Amino acid sequence: MPPKSDLPQGTLDLLILKVAALGPVHGYAIAQRLQQVSKDVVQVPQGSLYPALHRLENRGLLAADWKQTESGREAKFYHLTRKGRAALESETESWERLAEAVGLILRMSEAGAE
Amino acid sequence: MTWWRRLLHRDRMEEQLDRELRYHLDQYAADLIARGETPTEARRRAQIEFGGAEQIKEDCRDARGTRWAEDFALDLRYSLRALRQNPGFAAVAVFTLALGVGATTVMATLVHSVLLKPLPYAQPDRLVAVHGFETTWNVALFGDENISNPDFRDLQRQARSLDLTGWVFDNGTLSEPGDAEYVTEFDAAANMFSVFGVSPAFGRAFLPEEDRPGGAPVAILGYSFWQRRFAGNPSVLGTSVVLDTRRYTIVGIAPAQFEPRGVEAEVYTPLGQNTQPYLLKRGPHPVTAVARLAPGATLSQARSELAILGRRLAAQYPDTDKDRSFIADRLAPDVSDVRSTLWLLFGAVTLVLLITCADLASLLLARAVSREPEFAMRVALGAGRGRLVRQCLTESAVLAVAGGLLGVALAAIGIKPFVAAWPGALPRADEVSLDWRVLGFAISMSLASGLFFGLAPALRAPSSRLEQAIRAGGRTITGASRRLHGAFVACEMALAVVLLVSAGMLGDTLLRLSTVRPGLDLHNVVTARTALSPAILSDPAKTRVTWDDLLDRARHLPGVEAAAMVDTVPMRNGDNPLGYWTAPPAPPENQMPLALATSVSPDYLQVMRIPLVRGRFFDAHDTLNSEPVIAIDEVMAEHAFGKQDPVGKQIWSQLGPKPVRIAGVVGHVRYYGLANDDKTQVRDQAQVRDQLYYPFSQLPDGFVRRWSELMSIAVRTRINPLAIVEPLRGQFRAVSRDQVLYEVRTMEQLASATIEPQRFLLLLFSVFAALALFLATIGNYGVLAYLTRQRVPEIGVRIALGATAGSVTRLILRQSLTTVGIGLAFGTAAALAAARILANTVDGMAPVEPLTVALMIAVLTAAALVASLIPARRAARTDPMQALRR
Repeated sequence: MPPKSDLPQGTLDLLILKVAALGPVHGYAIAQRLQQVSKDVVQVPQGSLYPALHRLENRGLLAADWKQTESGREAKFYHLTRKGRAALESETESWERLAEAVGLILRMSEAGAE
Repeated sequence: MTWWRRLLHRDRMEEQLDRELRYHLDQYAADLIARGETPTEARRRAQIEFGGAEQIKEDCRDARGTRWAEDFALDLRYSLRALRQNPGFAAVAVFTLALGVGATTVMATLVHSVLLKPLPYAQPDRLVAVHGFETTWNVALFGDENISNPDFRDLQRQARSLDLTGWVFDNGTLSEPGDAEYVTEFDAAANMFSVFGVSPAFGRAFLPEEDRPGGAPVAILGYSFWQRRFAGNPSVLGTSVVLDTRRYTIVGIAPAQFEPRGVEAEVYTPLGQNTQPYLLKRGPHPVTAVARLAPGATLSQARSELAILGRRLAAQYPDTDKDRSFIADRLAPDVSDVRSTLWLLFGAVTLVLLITCADLASLLLARAVSREPEFAMRVALGAGRGRLVRQCLTESAVLAVAGGLLGVALAAIGIKPFVAAWPGALPRADEVSLDWRVLGFAISMSLASGLFFGLAPALRAPSSRLEQAIRAGGRTITGASRRLHGAFVACEMALAVVLLVSAGMLGDTLLRLSTVRPGLDLHNVVTARTALSPAILSDPAKTRVTWDDLLDRARHLPGVEAAAMVDTVPMRNGDNPLGYWTAPPAPPENQMPLALATSVSPDYLQVMRIPLVRGRFFDAHDTLNSEPVIAIDEVMAEHAFGKQDPVGKQIWSQLGPKPVRIAGVVGHVRYYGLANDDKTQVRDQAQVRDQLYYPFSQLPDGFVRRWSELMSIAVRTRINPLAIVEPLRGQFRAVSRDQVLYEVRTMEQLASATIEPQRFLLLLFSVFAALALFLATIGNYGVLAYLTRQRVPEIGVRIALGATAGSVTRLILRQSLTTVGIGLAFGTAAALAAARILANTVDGMAPVEPLTVALMIAVLTAAALVASLIPARRAARTDPMQALRR
């Protein structure tokens, strides 16, 4: 297995919000989905997932209900609030801007070296 | 969910958290099984990859945002448990703090209510006092100058920036309904209540048409007077009272606690109806004026307008108003005479509070040091340093809040009795109440002191030297800690010295004052103010006859030795300073020497037993038809004539344009009270020491009425003087039914009242000093007992190496007494500074007696010795084997 990279600071919240935006989802499913989508490149430490979920819930970006899963057990399902959706949009935008800027800088430094 | 709901449903949150995490684990394990792992292996891997469940739970709890509150609750529970384990410590700490906070709260309440709180009127910051100003007026002696009635009316009519009102302080005899009574009266302008922004409790204020000559005779009753005399019955509205033979219809009751300029009137009548000559002239200035700034107007605008109006009046009436102008100042409560006393007591109480805090700090510190091993253990178990500091602070905060609440409770109980015990009348006494500001001050003060003094021990919470702390097992004590303890003890000692020396000085002062000779014989003399029948007063000849008759009747009462009339009784409120000169022309008014003038009847010397030094006093031959004479006292004789014999010399005074002949010289009387007659101690009005007497019988007819209204009767008896009061009153009534005696006082009561402030201060300072002594001794004992206990192993070694019990005792005592000695040295220096403050604040203060200081230091040293002896003896009895094994 290739070595996995750690998540950059603050991106876990963004990723959680993105996953929750697709519909009500419980903690385990979020972990699974993050893993699948990132094709095992990004390591999401399972331990830090739950404090992040609770933090987002307290900030009012996520809301949670207890619902039955397909398997018939009760699980805590998180969904995005209106505030959460707004946060997701602005965070996504700023993340894209940042990523673009970082990419630009990286390319420029190579050009300068030649 | 809001955070407090999260806090409230803590158990449910925990349960849900647990379920959520378990679901994750189970689901992960199930997936692993589905991928072919064995159930045991799946569960193992799931748990490893998930990480420590407890750690995650902690992180989730932190994310909840209620963590600090939960920790606080935990700390609180823990603190209470820790304090319950050591109830003696908790009780001493709480009670000590309660005393300090309670006393400080009482004084803070008084300072706030009396000195700082705005006046109880609507928008008090818009109210201004308006008074006259003349360069010849002696403000230091007589206070601010009032305004003449015609000037007042002109200003009231013309001023645009001010809504001006005014009143004249007056007295009268209220003769119906019921027994005749002498009452305090305000002749008030119609707009008085509206300018102050108050409204009558019942009925109405005066109407503008009643505030004029010939207006309908109406009166308003003062609230307290109405309560006392008419039992607060509102149906008195519309009935009538007879005041100075005139019948008035009651139209209103003044609001409760309405005391403009510190006086609550008993009856109000319209100023404009009073047409006595002194209210029609511009010379006399009896009107006290207060104004409300017009909307939008500023104080400086009002001042300039008053200046313009004053110049106009000066041009119009040069005879009276030439040098007169008018000034306005913000209306402030009249509290000058208690201001310094209140601040003095506040200072003393603050010292007590500081001692309390030092006591608390040393107790907390001692406790923290002895708990070092416990803290070290908690650090070892994973408690963060911040967490420990917070725990320590919570504990001292619990103590502080408990002490603060108890202190506030003590203050709430104590404040009324304290105000009642205040000597004389405390200004604004009925405005004194604990209010939320002072309560907030008290609680935050105790919390602050708890947190501040809890900080030192809290910061000792071990961090780096964890291992040593556990290993030492609390056996060693560092030099720094010992010095800190010493500093607390030294502070307590120093503060105690200040309070003890102050109390000692006040004691000296009282002792000295109780032996001063007042210049008259206080024993068996009774005095009373009088009000003759208004019908008699209207006729000067009849008044003179009535006085002779009354004195004669008094003289013939059984048990009476002599009786006299006197306008200003020594040691009672009120005086009559007059300018005098020994050769014409008269010097300017504000440069004249002043003498206290007293109008008396011939027997006055016998009644008061004032010695006649030279010449003669008055007798029945001094009448309107004989040459006017006066008698002067020794002080005035020396002041005015030096070594010459004043008898037979002429003297001019403000009594009249013609000179009078000096008939005799009499002894000096301590007129202003036992405490206020020293040349070095004179303040305010007491600066007038010259005294002169003139006979009532030679007073011109025009003055007889006013003087008679001011007259008191003084009687010397062979029996208990109070026993003749009722027979005397009977004689006054026998002459006319509406004649009254009031303010009956024996000279002993009056003299005693003059040193009541000193006695009161002595009492308070004695209590403070005793408290300080007690607290300092406890603090000293506590710290030393604790330090000695910490040194048991060391002492064990010393004894094992051959130290004797005596040398160990000496070792401990030396350590204690060095600290005490430093405290005493600083304290003595501070006490000398405090002595100067006392001397400036308290009348008749004795200078610092070295003997007093020495005595107080001896008392403190003795107390410190006793406090140190117990731990020292205990140390000396240490069993070396046990000590070393510990």
